[in-house]
Amino acid sequence: MTAGPASSNVLEVSDLRVEISTRRGVVHAVDGVSLEVPRGEAVGLVGESGSGKSMTLKAILGVLPPEAKVRAGQIVLDGVDLVPLPTSALNRIRGPKLSMIFQEPMSALNPVMRVGWQIAEGPRVHLGYSRSKAAERAVELMRRVGIPDAERRFRAYPHEFSGGMRQRVMIAIALSCDPEVILCDEPTTALDVTIQDQILRLLHRLCKESGVSLLFVTHDLPVVAQLCQSVAVMYGGQIVEQGAVEQVFAQPCHPYTLGLLRSAPDVEQVRASLVPIPGSPPSLISPPAGCRFHPRCGFAELDCTEQMPELRLLPAGRSTRCLHYERCLEPLTAEGAAR
Amino acid sequence: MTFVVRRLLLLIPVAIGVTIIVFFMIHLIPGDPARTILGIHATPKAIAILHQEWGLNRPLASQYWLFLDRLLHGNLGTSLFYGQSAASLIAGRLAPTIWLIVYAAVLAIAVSVPLAMIAASRKDGIRDQLVRAVPLFGLGMPPFWVGLLLQYALALSLHAFPVTGYGTGFVGHLHSMFLPSLTVAIGLSPVVIRSLRASMLNVLGADYITTARSKGVPNGRLFVRHVLRNAVIPAVTVLGINIGFLIGSTLIVENVFAIPGIGSLMIQSIFNRDFPVVQGVTLVFGVMVVLVNLLTDVTYASLDPRVRFDR
Amino acid sequence: MSAASLVTVAPERAQARKSGWYRQPALLVGLILLAVILFMVIAAPLLTSYNPVTQDLGATLTGPSAHHLLGTDQLGRDTWSRLLYGGRVDLQVAFIAVLFPFVLGTILGSLAGYFGGWVDLIIMRVVDIVVAFPFYVLIIALVFVLGPGERSIYIAITVVGWVSYARIIRGEILVAKRQEYVLAAQSGGLSNLRIMGRHLLPNVITQAIIYAMSDIVQDILAIVTLSYLGLGIQPPTPDWGSMIANGQNFLTTHWQLTTLPGLAVVVTGLALSLIGDGLADLLRPGQS
Repeated sequence: MTAGPASSNVLEVSDLRVEISTRRGVVHAVDGVSLEVPRGEAVGLVGESGSGKSMTLKAILGVLPPEAKVRAGQIVLDGVDLVPLPTSALNRIRGPKLSMIFQEPMSALNPVMRVGWQIAEGPRVHLGYSRSKAAERAVELMRRVGIPDAERRFRAYPHEFSGGMRQRVMIAIALSCDPEVILCDEPTTALDVTIQDQILRLLHRLCKESGVSLLFVTHDLPVVAQLCQSVAVMYGGQIVEQGAVEQVFAQPCHPYTLGLLRSAPDVEQVRASLVPIPGSPPSLISPPAGCRFHPRCGFAELDCTEQMPELRLLPAGRSTRCLHYERCLEPLTAEGAAR
Repeated sequence: MTFVVRRLLLLIPVAIGVTIIVFFMIHLIPGDPARTILGIHATPKAIAILHQEWGLNRPLASQYWLFLDRLLHGNLGTSLFYGQSAASLIAGRLAPTIWLIVYAAVLAIAVSVPLAMIAASRKDGIRDQLVRAVPLFGLGMPPFWVGLLLQYALALSLHAFPVTGYGTGFVGHLHSMFLPSLTVAIGLSPVVIRSLRASMLNVLGADYITTARSKGVPNGRLFVRHVLRNAVIPAVTVLGINIGFLIGSTLIVENVFAIPGIGSLMIQSIFNRDFPVVQGVTLVFGVMVVLVNLLTDVTYASLDPRVRFDR
Repeated sequence: MSAASLVTVAPERAQARKSGWYRQPALLVGLILLAVILFMVIAAPLLTSYNPVTQDLGATLTGPSAHHLLGTDQLGRDTWSRLLYGGRVDLQVAFIAVLFPFVLGTILGSLAGYFGGWVDLIIMRVVDIVVAFPFYVLIIALVFVLGPGERSIYIAITVVGWVSYARIIRGEILVAKRQEYVLAAQSGGLSNLRIMGRHLLPNVITQAIIYAMSDIVQDILAIVTLSYLGLGIQPPTPDWGSMIANGQNFLTTHWQLTTLPGLAVVVTGLALSLIGDGLADLLRPGQS
């Protein structure tokens, strides 16, 4: 983790635990997650579906589904802990300080409300703008996110837009009150590859221009490489590795990260063989004893099954949960040599 | 606008069908319709006159043509009981029925929306269970029985409302028509509550509500501008489907509360064996339902922008 | 077309999947309640010694007493006995009356759904036309034209009631006929009739059965309403509707004459609705 003064982090999550009560038992969706998002930076949160990454975002914003509850931990935004806040107080933070972009822009936009007014709603509610002033701001935002013919499209409905355009609308909504952090829940997953690229470039540009921080959740590694400065890898509801993007991707310190990199098709460099990670994600109701990844891990040893490994600090601001992380470096070297 | 025109065109076959059924009613009567209608004391002369007027001697198709032709000129026949034109008779009594229908619809919505909201806001909670129990009892309540009980409780005992009648003047109507409209509304509410609750639950679980919450939209605005605005759309459809029931229950309720509308006219005419009037009122009811369905479709389209563009 | 259209636009999320019918509280309570009601009306001679039709002008409008459990009406007829025997008539007619629209609607709906094309077009046009009339208006008009009495009730209910079944079955068949097992049967050379009867129908009939529960309630209401107006079950045969009509003049003094038959209808309706809801939950697991 970056060891800087606390004020350089706009968002700090400490030991967050989220539980979901289901008929079959309690699901530990988020099991002791700690994150830091420095000002002006984009932090990636990577993992398979079911790893708890979406739940983490929803917990931060306070929009968890009713069956899910935050059991422990702190979420400190600009010095204020969000966990104990009542909804009314949270509503004042959502928009001006914190906002979110969702995966499915079609279902995430109100189908019966004109797009411009959906963008304008934030400024009207939080910044006290009049109708005309809010409308102006909405048009301005639409131009900023690259929606052509903004003044006319203001009055359009969501179903009149294409997927990529709708996502731009979502981004405009997220920006509307000048937040400090934007939480991104797989915003590019549902889009075509070419549109994905456009949206990522847009986010990158906005990040640079306005200094807003991003917490970017995805299962898509190249996306993280393109956009983020640091990355955290989640597995089984826990963070298993953290560090700067270039370093983690060049030299992963956890077998799971290693597996992800090997199984991800790389557009720039066609791998000789794609190697999927064998096995399936762990049950979050009764996870395996010891390290949660050990049933699928090629490097597993006896001590991996005995105790849950802690997240350990490594040099250069990295951390890992693997007891035998050095093993990760070996195959990559051999592979590199083979190429 | 083309949407409305298109809908109107689709209604024409239905309208024609309505007239055909109404026309056929006469031929369902066992035996000689004229004799059956006029009863045992009918003179051969009276029967012959009726035969002439209704064209019963002619072939079926030409009878229908005669019927349709008269219809298009606003002629619904002559009342056997009152001797005047059935059309004018019906027109004169149309107002109270319309009052009843509109008043009942307003009351039904006023009752159903809050109850559905209460139920949907906390699914499976105590209040939700209670609201869901309402249709179980409500669907089995005969409307006339409910009307009688309301008469007893609020009119005869408490004297809060008149027992029967239409009243005079706007306020008089509001007062006199309250109990009958409430009776009809009680009949309609179970279905409306059920579907409103279901569609609200659907909307509450939708992604765009999460988006709105993530924008920090306060609860009040959230419920009205986002939840309700979307939940009414399917509810309008269900209300439209059940409007037939709403209109039909005016028949019995007008009878119980002695309201001078076309519903009670129909019942009276049945006992007066006044066939033309019965036929005429049936036709009017059919037309009303068709028009209300059109209104529902138009309302639906105006509420849901997606519909206008797809069709 | 009837009011209790279980045409909710969004089916409710099913509760935890119950494995047996006996685990559904709604279904169980409904069945028990219905069983009690049916027992009472069937065993009427055991539960009362009075003939519902016999008048006793020396004991008119009495309240509940040792002689008359629930008192008598204005002609001295025993109320309790009239409730029981009236229930017999009403329920019998209702249960029989629901069968004809069920069968007719299922057949026509199957034809429309399976064959499509102009068969579908014609049948659905007829449905639209019938639906254009308010339920009660058509029923009352038909009974008027055909003459009052039981036979007219059956005919009127059949003519008006089949449309709901037709719509439901047609909808289900439209979906079901795209299923693999139908394509397999068709390519196996089975006749259309066999496919419809042996393969499709058993799978789609459940929706119609669920609907039938609420339809019985509507039929009871229709019968009772017609009788109230004097167009249904003719006196002296006892029935709940005419009991209410008789009692309405004595609302202020002897409200039980009007209230009790109505309550009987409500309770029966409750039992049937519970069964309908319970069946719906049971037979549609996992839908949301």
